[in-house]
Amino acid sequence: MEVLEIVSTGPLATVQDLGRPGRMKYGVPPGGALDREALQVANALVGNDLGAPGVEITLGGFSAVALRPVLVAVAGAWAPMDVDGVPAQPYTTVQLEAGQTLNIGHAAWGARVYLAVAGGVAARAVLGSASTFGRGKMGGLDGDGKPLRSGDTITAAGGQAQSPGSMNPSAARDWATAALIRRAAALASAGTAEGAVMLRVVMGPQDHLFTEDGITTFTSSVYVVTPLTDRMGARLAGPTVAHKGGADIVSDGIPAGAIQIPGDGNPIIMLADRQTTGGYTKIACLASADLDIAGQLRPGDHVRFQSVSVEEAHALLEQDRAARTRPSLALSLLGDGLEHVVRVVEIT
Amino acid sequence: MGEAERTAAAPVLRWAGDGAIVIEYGEVISSELARRAQRVAAALEAAGLPWLVEAVPTYRSTLAVIRPEEVWPAEAMQAVERIVAAAESEGDANVERRVVEVPVYYGGEYGPDLGDVAAHAGLSPEEVIAIHIAPTYEVQMIGFMLGFPYLAGMDPRIATPRLTTPRTLIPAGSVGIAGNQTGVYPLASPGGWRIIGRTPLRLADPSSDPPCLLRAGDMVKFVPTEPPQESKTPPEVV
Repeated sequence: MEVLEIVSTGPLATVQDLGRPGRMKYGVPPGGALDREALQVANALVGNDLGAPGVEITLGGFSAVALRPVLVAVAGAWAPMDVDGVPAQPYTTVQLEAGQTLNIGHAAWGARVYLAVAGGVAARAVLGSASTFGRGKMGGLDGDGKPLRSGDTITAAGGQAQSPGSMNPSAARDWATAALIRRAAALASAGTAEGAVMLRVVMGPQDHLFTEDGITTFTSSVYVVTPLTDRMGARLAGPTVAHKGGADIVSDGIPAGAIQIPGDGNPIIMLADRQTTGGYTKIACLASADLDIAGQLRPGDHVRFQSVSVEEAHALLEQDRAARTRPSLALSLLGDGLEHVVRVVEIT
Repeated sequence: MGEAERTAAAPVLRWAGDGAIVIEYGEVISSELARRAQRVAAALEAAGLPWLVEAVPTYRSTLAVIRPEEVWPAEAMQAVERIVAAAESEGDANVERRVVEVPVYYGGEYGPDLGDVAAHAGLSPEEVIAIHIAPTYEVQMIGFMLGFPYLAGMDPRIATPRLTTPRTLIPAGSVGIAGNQTGVYPLASPGGWRIIGRTPLRLADPSSDPPCLLRAGDMVKFVPTEPPQESKTPPEVV
């Protein structure tokens, strides 16, 4: 059932689901939504399976016309949104009538906006996933890795009934609230050094190849996200991190969120479409609880790194899960981040 | 088990974030380390750990990717340690070492750089082909792109630097040399390798699962083959 015709894609819009894990050994990265929770929240709000394919919109600037009545939801980066000029709310469900235009403006914070349509975006699965992997020429509407273009038609895969595996609407709303609070707190002030996003990292696997000063520089400096940032990785600039010897190692596997330090001393955070193997030293890897936030970094954002133990990283994950069902818990976990949320609420 | 294996240092296990464990054997490129990585990867995947996503063998290590939300870190580390220790003592029981014959159309329109490689080596094109087909190569790692095999075993006499300006498109199946490495492009790609031939064998197919022919641990034998007379482009052999 054709539901939307794309009028404008913005800089980059691609079909993404939760990716194709388990194939790094064949040279294929897991891919998928860079902010997985945001895609899942958008899906939950429209009654989809949480991993249904949706549209990942980079930095906003997207619009589409409804070809028939369709329920949609938008989550992730915070962008102004309207239906035929009438403001609409991200992180809620929005009913579009045939002929109406959904406009998603330029993101105020965050890099990736997720649009879910009831039924999920129909796309040919390649290696078990609809996720667009441009470099590998796989995924997307036609399975060939091309991004969405204006004029493309989006077909809802599963009809518009609630998927049997979907979340109940009240739980979906709680989750959406918790996800919004977390993102606003982390990202809304990231354009300033004072508002730098704190990313938790587990040091290693090659932290022993850096000098003591290099490690201190890494964990105490503020880095800025550069324009050389895409679905493969976020390149950072700032105080350079010193290696003991060379920057290169014999290639090994690159896990999600690995932070490589090449010879120039500037960190690169490896994201979903990263190469599967590489020969740069990995000083640390992001706590998995912070992968989604890293996927929302945009050029000009500031970040800092805080070293945590693997047990602490695991606890962060548990904490995040608990907060999904209790937005008040999400608020209580913010600490200093709370003032950013208040500011965001005032602005919006 | 050879002398080197019995005296080999125990691998070092390190966390790589809370979502992966690296099992590291050393810091050099060697058949010995790559084989240990393959052996451990196979054992981990055969162990039926419900929270293991996959085990990725590379030149120097095995990357065990896990779902951190499904297992306590200490439990995951202990399970991996136990399997690694057993795999290191058991040898190659879990590793399938296949020999894959890869037919190659050498030279001509399929291998535009064969002449350059020959000139660089001070040999005739025929001698380069003879040297290239002599070894049985070992796939030490798959990486860089879908199904790209890092092959060990090339004779250094035909080592040739990369092109100074990479080509914008190298056809799928191209067999090339870059420095002292040789390899095959499974998919069309830009690249700077010196292309000496092309295989009609389909090394990668995203629509099948697993999506590529070669795996780490396979042995590769290049077999010179005459291209078809009629067609300009090699037919795909699936």
